[in-house]
Amino acid sequence: MITLTINGLEATVDEGTTVLEAARFLGLPIPTLCHMEGLSPYGACRLCVVEIGEGPKAKIVSSCTYPAQDGLRVRTSSARVVRARKMVLELLLASCPQSKTIQDLASFHNVRQQRFRQEHDDCILCGLCVRMCEEQMMAKAIGFRGRGQTRSIGTPFDVRSEACRLCGGCMYVCPACQLRCTYTEPDKAVCGGCANLSPPCVDIESFDDMMCYMSPCVACETAAH
Amino acid sequence: MQKLSTIEEFQDLQGRLLSERDPSVPTIVIPAGTCGQASGANDLIRVAKRELLARGLTDKNNVRLRVTGCHGFCEAEPSVLVEPDGTFYPKVNAQKMARIVQAVAEQKTLDDLLYIDPATGERVKRQSDVPFFKTQVRTILGRNEKVDPIRIYNYLESGGYSAFVGALTQGEPRWAIEQVKESGLRGRGGAGFPAGLKWELLAAQRNGHGKSLVCNADEGDPGAYMDRSVLEGNPHSILEGMLIGGYATGANEGVIYVRAEYPLAIKHLVIALRQCHELGLLGENILGTGFSFDISIVKGAGAFVCGEETALIRSIEGKMGEPRQRPPFPVQKGIEGKPTAINNVETWANIPVIIAEGAETFSKVGTKGNTGTKIFSLVGKIRNTGLVEVPMGITINDIVTKIGGGPAGRAKIKAVQTGGPSGGCIPVKRFDLPIDYDSLAEAGSIMGSGGMIVADEHTCMVDVSKYFMGFLTDESCGKCFTCRKGIQRMHEILEDVCEGRGTLDQLDLLEELATVVKDATMCGLGQTASNPVLSTLRYFRDEYVEHIVNQRCPAGVCKALVSYSINDECTGCMLCTKSCPENAISGVKKERHSIDTGKCIRCGACVTVCEFEAIDVA
Repeated sequence: MITLTINGLEATVDEGTTVLEAARFLGLPIPTLCHMEGLSPYGACRLCVVEIGEGPKAKIVSSCTYPAQDGLRVRTSSARVVRARKMVLELLLASCPQSKTIQDLASFHNVRQQRFRQEHDDCILCGLCVRMCEEQMMAKAIGFRGRGQTRSIGTPFDVRSEACRLCGGCMYVCPACQLRCTYTEPDKAVCGGCANLSPPCVDIESFDDMMCYMSPCVACETAAH
Repeated sequence: MQKLSTIEEFQDLQGRLLSERDPSVPTIVIPAGTCGQASGANDLIRVAKRELLARGLTDKNNVRLRVTGCHGFCEAEPSVLVEPDGTFYPKVNAQKMARIVQAVAEQKTLDDLLYIDPATGERVKRQSDVPFFKTQVRTILGRNEKVDPIRIYNYLESGGYSAFVGALTQGEPRWAIEQVKESGLRGRGGAGFPAGLKWELLAAQRNGHGKSLVCNADEGDPGAYMDRSVLEGNPHSILEGMLIGGYATGANEGVIYVRAEYPLAIKHLVIALRQCHELGLLGENILGTGFSFDISIVKGAGAFVCGEETALIRSIEGKMGEPRQRPPFPVQKGIEGKPTAINNVETWANIPVIIAEGAETFSKVGTKGNTGTKIFSLVGKIRNTGLVEVPMGITINDIVTKIGGGPAGRAKIKAVQTGGPSGGCIPVKRFDLPIDYDSLAEAGSIMGSGGMIVADEHTCMVDVSKYFMGFLTDESCGKCFTCRKGIQRMHEILEDVCEGRGTLDQLDLLEELATVVKDATMCGLGQTASNPVLSTLRYFRDEYVEHIVNQRCPAGVCKALVSYSINDECTGCMLCTKSCPENAISGVKKERHSIDTGKCIRCGACVTVCEFEAIDVA
């Protein structure tokens, strides 16, 4: 067993527990985006950051990937943590404003505006879909490609993978791209986030770039039957 | 090559090689690393060989020729060094080479080809008297002159592998760790973690599946090439360092992770590994001591982030190169879960020196807490570009003025950028700063692997940070949101500032964002990525403000904010009118020309050709 202090409260947890799990065990709220129970921790969204250590050696780490250690002192909402979290939310809002999940998180943390040039990126590369596909669906049909600003998620060579069973798990876990098929202009939505009962996008080639990589998308295909 | 099966056989061979060596035989040394070859060293070698054959100087005891790795003085390449008196000939061409061969055969010196000291105007004969070399302490680089990298006997002759055999004969692996600890050697990769401590941690790990050592040769900083020179010029010193490390820590395999962009380094390493296998210095039961160790080479595919140790491990495992959270540290869980110690090329090259000369001798160089020498690649707006090796604790001023010889042009030097994309800019008013890990970090930069880019008044500091952010938008692995998007947004703001669209609010936002990116990112790349921005904001904020408020780029670099005009110095030579791709310059012969700013695309072609400094950029 490991004993650590979070916000001045002592917690005793099993070895191998992460700081995030320990904090949630104590009932302390830590926002997350790329974390999901049942999937391996990834530490990409940086929303779950906490401050560990004391004095000049104090540093900020992602609680979902940091293992609980004996004697570790954790602060889940110090000024430094809140500043970082708010900036992350501001960056998220600037890139992916149409996601309900991100809007809710921003609102909860009192981030009401963003100061960067507005983009409509959809995907925030949190990797939930990749891990879902690999770890729960045992398919490994999609993965990351490229690095830096050209990093993206998809299948090799953008060809539909043989391994994909169209289970829809990836779309189910996605915090940002549920509305992918409505593109950035909901008025001109093609099929309303693949929940349309008469999907028009299946046959029309000109809508190719509006569709997700699972062409035809799961919702549309199920609806067609 | 006969395989050596005992320590005695090794000592016999080395003794024989040493006794056969005659240091008084005149030797022509031609440095031919990648840099030397690019500037024409291969032609020199060809001419030298032809001349030697033509003059019948084929006897080993007449004149010798040695092709080595880079010696460091890039500005003077292709150069030739003549031993034993150390005569130095800079910027040699084929005709000069033929003359040098003749002079060496006749034991003469060619005075007209010697290096001219730009400060005094006098000719300098010996390499060690050339100002560029004089202040340096060339423990590692100096050995590049002594060995032909593709001949293991050459390395043995200069005392090679005797440090490893010395460690073996101690019979106690712990001894080498103690020596390295006592020497105070800190990791030369940038962070400065004590190398001895890392080894001790590795030695203490218990693992039935073995342990690994890694040589990190994924040198990716723009303008830095120290590691390449050591790999090309003295690959055996790396192998010897790793062998000592393997024996000391109980590791049984080593990996050299070298970037594929260094073909010559890879070639020399492959040759060196083969020679070690043939000689029995690598493999099972080395020299009959029961110690087994093998080294393999893994080629990197060109990702800057793979220099970060956890990303490097994933890359070696064949996965996508992206960092992971530490702990567990590589020394606990590294390649395939095996405990792994990762050290930089320069760190490994220092190991044989420490073991051979003793920890105490080593720790006398440098300062307390920062012992030994460090190689820097001195580039940018400086007269003597090249690789310089200096004791730690020397001031930036000494490097820039004494070794570097001051600015390359007329413009004054205003800053140095150290540590590559993860480092920061240090302004001229802080040039009295001693160069060690702690002072540089305090000044907002880092030691890094040793890149040192000199900036003068024609360098725009906003443009410099924009360049590094642009580099990192491509080279961040993209996993952490703060690093990927944060760097993109910093680049975006800097672009705005450079193009005259910036606002003062954006400047505050930039600073805020840079602080968060530094704070909240997972790996070393992201945590240091905002250093160029933060350090230029700290020391050159006025330049940013000038861009924003007065819409002016003081250095005349940011194209959107400068205009070109012709002043009274113009003699009407018409050179600029011919060079202008847009025909924006008009004027008649022998009369002052003028530039049509509407047509001008600010390419700078006219500035380059003008011989009278008649074109103002402001």
